[in-house]
Amino acid sequence: MSRLWELWKRLQSLSTDVQVRWKSMSRVQRLSGYVLAVLALYLAPWWPKIPGIGWLVNTPGTQFSTVLNDQVIIFVLVALGLNVVVGLAGLLDLGYVGFYAVGAYVVGVLTSQHASLPWLVVLPIAVVVSMLFGVILGTPTLRLRGDYLAIVTLGFGEIIRISAKNLDWLGASRGISDIGRPPSIGPLKFGVIDPKPYYWLGLTLVFLVVFCLHRLEESRVGRAWTAIREDEDAAELMGVNTFKFKLWAFAIGAAVGGLAGAHYAGKVGFISPDNFPLQLSILFLAAVVLGGSGNMYGAILGGIMVAWLPERFRNFTDKRVLVFGIALVLVMVFRPEGLLPRRVRTKSPMKSASGGQEVAQ
Amino acid sequence: MTNEVLLDFNNVTMQFGGVTALSDVSVKIFRGEILGLIGPNGAGKTTCFNVMTGVYQPTQGSVVFNGSDITKLKRFQITQSGIARTFQNIRLFSEMTAVENVMVGADARKTSSIPAALLRTKHQRAEEKESYDRSMELLNLMGIADRASDAARNLPYGYQRRLEIARALATEPELLCLDEPAAGFNPAEKQQLNELIFTIRDRGYTVLLIEHDMSVVMNVSDRVVVLDFGKKIAEGLPSEVRSNPDVIAAYLGVPDDAA
Repeated sequence: MSRLWELWKRLQSLSTDVQVRWKSMSRVQRLSGYVLAVLALYLAPWWPKIPGIGWLVNTPGTQFSTVLNDQVIIFVLVALGLNVVVGLAGLLDLGYVGFYAVGAYVVGVLTSQHASLPWLVVLPIAVVVSMLFGVILGTPTLRLRGDYLAIVTLGFGEIIRISAKNLDWLGASRGISDIGRPPSIGPLKFGVIDPKPYYWLGLTLVFLVVFCLHRLEESRVGRAWTAIREDEDAAELMGVNTFKFKLWAFAIGAAVGGLAGAHYAGKVGFISPDNFPLQLSILFLAAVVLGGSGNMYGAILGGIMVAWLPERFRNFTDKRVLVFGIALVLVMVFRPEGLLPRRVRTKSPMKSASGGQEVAQ
Repeated sequence: MTNEVLLDFNNVTMQFGGVTALSDVSVKIFRGEILGLIGPNGAGKTTCFNVMTGVYQPTQGSVVFNGSDITKLKRFQITQSGIARTFQNIRLFSEMTAVENVMVGADARKTSSIPAALLRTKHQRAEEKESYDRSMELLNLMGIADRASDAARNLPYGYQRRLEIARALATEPELLCLDEPAAGFNPAEKQQLNELIFTIRDRGYTVLLIEHDMSVVMNVSDRVVVLDFGKKIAEGLPSEVRSNPDVIAAYLGVPDDAA
């Protein structure tokens, strides 16, 4: 145990070292750092081949790039979306799988069940429809707070799943098959066998979502969300239209969830109501909380962990869930605010733009 | 101080179930004055505030601000129409930095929303810069700009009190309502606060002040309104109110044999 503790301490000091060095780098150096990191992420399917440390990330029993796309990318996207709702605006949503299902079902219905539009055309439709569902759910329910909101959203997730199971129009419990795939471009073939193109597409979507959410966080909108999370009444008395911004948080969260669902449907080609159980909502929430609720990068890390850990321990067969559970408990004991806790943004939004640095008195 | 009525608190009655917190209270606030609202604990001072800022809907009566009835408006609309407040028990956004706290207030006057933030339009960037500059200016005015990028929860008590005032001022109010701003202050800090309230008034704000501390109220207020058990029992210049027998009775009690 003390050895583990030492290792932990060493890791911590290593991370501060890296941070210090990173801050002392020049712009060009940092830029090239970013480029290398992005490149490394796109090359992730080959990580298990790295001598020495490859075995650490490899997932025995499942193809690594399948895990990357079907698990990791999906969970990261979903965690990013849910983090807006739970982490930023502080609204506990236990039915997030509903939006994920809506995204997947829109793709299913429009590319296979009732029309045969191309996947790429349906993708934005799926996002918009999910967003609408966010607004439809949010309008009556966002007057509720805390536990009450959690219970209503829990119901929403179930309503979506049970509706899908009972509506023939949505394929009932048979589900929808032959769902359209993303269009192949040149050597990038979106087929059944190779999951890598899907992973690259998904990773690109992640970057896009991160970019957009980053812009929102660093604006009046992000401040309004945080203020609502910290003290909703005070926020409203400071002129924040709390209902409007909570609804926006729900809509944006739902849109990202729908995007994840659409990506998932395009990859697996078959969806059924059983793909969207309540348990998935709980895992999504676990990803956000584990990674660090309110910190976008924490949510990403949480998504990776929740998606990848169970696959990593697949050769523990039926004990893998136990190992996964223990890992979650340990993280919560040692890092109660998540792996990457949210930080107070010490960097002022536009330090250079004004005389913000003068010191009074 | 002018004779123009900024806020007209019209025969307001506020009942919670069987409890009458305010009964038929009328108060006029004139533009440019500092009005002190005093009374013993439980007299209904904070309830008065809560009715003015839309936290409660009055059972009867109305609140007219700048000539328009604001009784039915939502809280954020009341703020946007020009009334801002601080809280008796500090309610900052504790995990946000001091400057971000103030920026939330400044954002009340801004319009850019999700699409503008996503596209980072010229208008949106200009608004962000405006919010930031205005917030830093207010932190400077309050004398707390040296801790602008600290989390609000890490600020000392006196800073937190002043940060609340800065945040309220950032909403560009015409009427600033301060709910016991001197609570927990030592005499030196109270003196500073008095000066600060004068500075705020001199900048063109009208101030409504709830305060227990007589050294603050009597020194700062142009006029004083006294509440007791939800009723207005006196109104006038500080010197008049001070010698009013009803007020003395309310604060010190009436001897049994005199009652």
